[in-house]
Amino acid sequence: MAINKNATGYTFLFSIVMVLIVGTALAYTSLSLKPLQKKNEADKQMVDILGAVGITTTRENAKTDFPKFVKERLSLDFEGNVLNSTSGSVDPNDASDPFNLDVKKDYRSKKPASELSFPLYICEKEGENIYVIPVAGSGLWGPIWGFVALKSDMNTIYGAKFDHKGETPGLGAEIKDNFFSDKFQGKQLRDSAPYFTIKKGGRDTDIHSVDGITGGTITSVGVGEMVNRTISIYQLYFNSVINSSEQ
Amino acid sequence: MSTENSAITPKRESLFSKKNRKLLKDPLGDSNPITIQVLGICSALAITVQLQQAVIMSLSVLFVMIGGNVIVSLLRNLIPDRIRIIVQLVIIASLVIIVDEVLKAYQPDISEKLSVFVGLIITNCIIMGRLEAFALANKPGPSVFDAIGNGMGYAWVLLAVSIVREIFGSGAISLPGMGQVKFLPQEWFISSGGFYENNNLMILPPMALVVVGIIIWIQRSRNEALIED
Repeated sequence: MAINKNATGYTFLFSIVMVLIVGTALAYTSLSLKPLQKKNEADKQMVDILGAVGITTTRENAKTDFPKFVKERLSLDFEGNVLNSTSGSVDPNDASDPFNLDVKKDYRSKKPASELSFPLYICEKEGENIYVIPVAGSGLWGPIWGFVALKSDMNTIYGAKFDHKGETPGLGAEIKDNFFSDKFQGKQLRDSAPYFTIKKGGRDTDIHSVDGITGGTITSVGVGEMVNRTISIYQLYFNSVINSSEQ
Repeated sequence: MSTENSAITPKRESLFSKKNRKLLKDPLGDSNPITIQVLGICSALAITVQLQQAVIMSLSVLFVMIGGNVIVSLLRNLIPDRIRIIVQLVIIASLVIIVDEVLKAYQPDISEKLSVFVGLIITNCIIMGRLEAFALANKPGPSVFDAIGNGMGYAWVLLAVSIVREIFGSGAISLPGMGQVKFLPQEWFISSGGFYENNNLMILPPMALVVVGIIIWIQRSRNEALIED
């Protein structure tokens, strides 16, 4: 049997068949592993939320630890009104559960805030209410995200946790490390925008700012941007809570 | 593996013939992909901070290597010459994506640590090199041996470098599923009044280069034939 391996027609035919086979194989792999990967992502999200509140847990224990500390999950609209509230353990298939709101996807979709809803986690630790706000934005190479926890005065930062997809190792990627996120502890938000600043070049930081990462300027700016943008929406909710408690 | 191999290389040649043993042994020593051919250095520097990352990385490369070599070898009479590099790239890339997806599903923590480097197996010159230089011209049987040989040649350097770096850099040793075991007593460290301090330089990429350099030095001093003028 003689095939002319160099004929143009054969080359095209070979490419088409190859692409079909490879495409099918990859689609099958991706689809069949999706449920496991989704579960891992949900576990990771729980670990990160608890991490922002200073509770260390593992992926395995996340599912049981999470409902213990997070007593309420809210979703808010862009004016700070509560749309939905749940508590207890997380059901990954319940679309109305605020836990399943994907803030990263919402950020990517570039929809106006009026079309989105915003999740808020209210945790209880040592008798105090701690508000955990998910944030999402852009670094230098790709998405960055994280959680910012506020004390019950809704103004002092209790803790923070950031993560990234592909920032430069050793530079921007260090937003993930504790040395950076620990600097946020005890800092306070300003009353109006900008609520919080990431400073460049180790300049004196005050109670409303932290020092950015040397060599990771754009990532640091991204962290500042996402924190400010997100907090501006949650401020409306916090103000309404504070007002109603004063009356 | 052995059942597969014996099925592929029947009768004429025994499983551990001299030729096959040479295919397995050479890449471990005198034609090692990292220390002699100096290929795949990038990942060797990046993921050798911890032993468990190196183990998973080695297994991933070994899998892609064997898979790629077998597939290309089986298709060697069908692949059009003009697009052979593209075909090899597609085969490697799909295997790597499968590895990445599997790691994300079953080893999420390690997958997170390896981050982009799993994806970068695609550009690992060792794999592309073996497909082009060996699998394209040989039967699947020898190709499997060649893949195992080169994969193991890559693996032992990676493991050796990561063991040195983790012991001196973190004072610990880690294996997948066991976590990091710190074997130095806490009171030895300066922070708690002792005399010892971890060498942070070991964790940084330049030290990987130095450790690889030392392996190359030892290897060449033992075998004069490897020394170039």
